[in-house]
Amino acid sequence: MIDALTGVLLIPVASAALLAILPGYRMTARINVVAALATFLTACSLFLIQPVTGPYLLVDDLNKVFIVLTTFVAFTTSVFSASYIGHEIDVGRLTPTFVRFYHAMYQIMMFGMNLALVANNIGLMWVAIELATLTTVLMVGIYRTHEALEAAWKYFILGSVGIALALFGTILVYMAARPVIGEGLDAMVWTILVTRASQFDPALLNVAFVFLLLGYGTKVGLAPLHAWLPDAHAEGPTPISAVLSGLLLNVALYALLRFKMLLALNPAAIAPGPLMVTLGLISALFAAFMLYRRRDIKRMFAYSSIEHMGIIVFAFGMGGALANFAGLLHMTMHSLTKSAIFFAVGHIAQVKGTQKIADMGGLTVTHPVLGWGLVLGVVAIAGLPPLGIFMSEFLVVSSTFAREPWLATLLVLAILIALGGLFLRLNTIAFGEPRGPAAPAEASYVPMFAHLALVFTAGIYMPPALVTGFENVARLLG
Amino acid sequence: MHGIEFDIAHLLAGSLVLVSFLMLYQDRLYALLNIYALHAAVLALSVAWQAFIQHAPHLYLTAAIALGFKAIIIPVALHRIIVRLGIHREIETVVGVGLTMLAGIGLVALSMVIMLRVTPGADPLAREDLAFALSVVLIGLLVMVTRRNAVSQVVGFMSLENGLVLAATGAKGMPLVVEISVAFSVLIAFIVIGIFLFRIRERFDTVDMRALDRFRGERQ
Repeated sequence: MIDALTGVLLIPVASAALLAILPGYRMTARINVVAALATFLTACSLFLIQPVTGPYLLVDDLNKVFIVLTTFVAFTTSVFSASYIGHEIDVGRLTPTFVRFYHAMYQIMMFGMNLALVANNIGLMWVAIELATLTTVLMVGIYRTHEALEAAWKYFILGSVGIALALFGTILVYMAARPVIGEGLDAMVWTILVTRASQFDPALLNVAFVFLLLGYGTKVGLAPLHAWLPDAHAEGPTPISAVLSGLLLNVALYALLRFKMLLALNPAAIAPGPLMVTLGLISALFAAFMLYRRRDIKRMFAYSSIEHMGIIVFAFGMGGALANFAGLLHMTMHSLTKSAIFFAVGHIAQVKGTQKIADMGGLTVTHPVLGWGLVLGVVAIAGLPPLGIFMSEFLVVSSTFAREPWLATLLVLAILIALGGLFLRLNTIAFGEPRGPAAPAEASYVPMFAHLALVFTAGIYMPPALVTGFENVARLLG
Repeated sequence: MHGIEFDIAHLLAGSLVLVSFLMLYQDRLYALLNIYALHAAVLALSVAWQAFIQHAPHLYLTAAIALGFKAIIIPVALHRIIVRLGIHREIETVVGVGLTMLAGIGLVALSMVIMLRVTPGADPLAREDLAFALSVVLIGLLVMVTRRNAVSQVVGFMSLENGLVLAATGAKGMPLVVEISVAFSVLIAFIVIGIFLFRIRERFDTVDMRALDRFRGERQ
């Protein structure tokens, strides 16, 4: 029987196979959009019909949020990608063969991410995240320039090490579960692990979590392990930067959250919170300072992603209903805003023919729609009211102030430093003296403004259904 | 449990750590590749032994993958690649042999302390296996950070991965071990193909651009 759950997985696989054999980029780009839309609609139907949980797949309140967000951003990115790729073919940076490969990889990556999100098995989840990583590595290197290959190689090696550490952690979790649950498949199934977690050997769980935090934390882009992230964002095609920032980081975060829930259920294990708070705070502060010396526009927003992932991990590390709610909201808002910014940046880099901040200027004069779109995006990502990120950052900070004022002060400091860095560069890019080519852009503005409109609305009014949904998940996270 | 079965498993896992140490001070690529082939062969033996004592026939498949793919195909392919890249005569300056060996010993001690302390309840075979596996993983990381050449970094990564397979097979009755070892083989195949296609010679900073230009020229 084919239900919505298998649909979310089957549609990307089938369309990847189709896209790999079809020629002609216009048609394949359209098929890519249609497939992504179909996956998104199927994902939405998960809210209506609750699929049955098996030993391999699972849908609950937590991953529903992630799946819908992932498939939505993947859909809008595919719309942006269609016009972006068209331009890349026109200027000869990509050949039709590579585009065919690119579209097939896009769908396989979607499959990997969806599988990681619905996996009910810690081993399966690991394989899915590895698959998603591999496909993004291939796409980061697609331009075949020196820098792109270097970035892909760096991403590959660091990502592989991270993934290897995560596997060691996964094996340790199995070792901890085996004496309680017994040998075999059951000891790797989330729904069974969660019910018996309180009886696991706490020492083994502690060591496992350290490995998992380092392993999946590398993929989240937490500070000492982030080195691959700016390169991968800057050198790959911009749709991939949008998907990396908006989705892949979230998927790795989701894996971390699942393991955190497992640890939280065992009273004798270490509290995972402080570790996450520390790493999150370090990432946010570090990335905020790094924003100042950036010369490449995509690299700058990559550091901004590290900062926001830091804030999100911090919020989840603090724990409790309010902080979890804030973390979840911030994750959603960040995904939407950051991908909108990358949509704008992609077209800007195309019209200006460069990614160097020094070579672009006065965008609001030369390209008003793109320029003001970018300004709006940066205002949103910097956390100014009344947009969505202000709401979530305010919630993170205020809930922390009530419990740990010092940590909250440091977090506010990071947010303010990042705001300064972003506006300093925005001033040159958007206002300033017009520099670089002023030819009109052939851009699709719809995805960008759709995201920004959602972020704007969320800052003013959140539908009660969404709030209750998030509250349920926040409670689930403990 | 403390019979001959345990002793042999212990011997094989311990040999894997020793071979990892051998890897640390090889300064010629050929020698490093040969040691890696030995590493994979020892792993295959160890996995096959685990399959025998755990009565888990599917683990023989993992052993076969280790022997066929990792001990034969990959080293042969890498041999040919380094000849093609013209780096087979290169001598790598390893960061002081004595220092690396000391660091390696420290890492082994660390993993023994961590793993033996946190797993007093587990069965002794799995426990020792995990401790050895963590040592192999950490020494693999050490190989990766002390090398500049992309090929020897990959060899370091592959030895790290052998440690993971050792851990996975030591965890009695773990499902998906075969699938995971296949997934890792795919990953490694990708890395090796990547080195070959992109002529990556050194860590992150040099790529043979002339070869790359030729490649692009052919396509257009």
